[in-house]
Amino acid sequence: MLSYAAIFVSTLIGFSLLLNLWRFIKGPHMLDRIIALDTMYINAIALIILLGIFLETTLYYEGALLIAMLGFVSTSAVCKFILRGDIIE
Amino acid sequence: MIVELISSIFLIIGGVFLLVGSVGLFRLPDFYMRLHAPTKASTLGIGAILVASIIFFSFKEEGINIQEMLITLFIFLTAPITAHMLSKAALHVRLPTEPHTLNRDKVEQIRTRQAEPKD
Repeated sequence: MLSYAAIFVSTLIGFSLLLNLWRFIKGPHMLDRIIALDTMYINAIALIILLGIFLETTLYYEGALLIAMLGFVSTSAVCKFILRGDIIE
Repeated sequence: MIVELISSIFLIIGGVFLLVGSVGLFRLPDFYMRLHAPTKASTLGIGAILVASIIFFSFKEEGINIQEMLITLFIFLTAPITAHMLSKAALHVRLPTEPHTLNRDKVEQIRTRQAEPKD
């Protein structure tokens, strides 16, 4: 039953990744693209966790943690660039 | 069996909330409105999915599996910081708001207060 639920939820997450990709391509300003990319990071973490549940292994948590950290650092770096014109002053 | 049922319920709740966050990002008309959807709904969705993972692996491997809690804690800490930095950057570059937004005249006041020199 859990595998059916995992397949259903991964379908939902794939659809939401498509919506995020649409916003990432169209987005009127660069900030819209940043927030679309941040949401895509969160959805990718959810997909990795689902793969771990589906295969019944705990190997993939380090990958999810790494994606979470890289997503936060890259988002804050681009925000800092827009805000100040420079990343490290 | 009952563990799989509870875990599946949490998984479906999380997937629906992630989809709601992405639909909000897709459909809302304004950047300041669009900022709400991923920072609230998607955070709740990923929290529910990680709770499902914690429940499933805690019962499968007979011992509390705490390492997913690290991801939950990290995302719940960093999502408000990201939203704050994005909204500050949006005020800085003067992104247009919807015409019927309340208190539009206060935007310039907030901008000038933020742009004051530090010393």
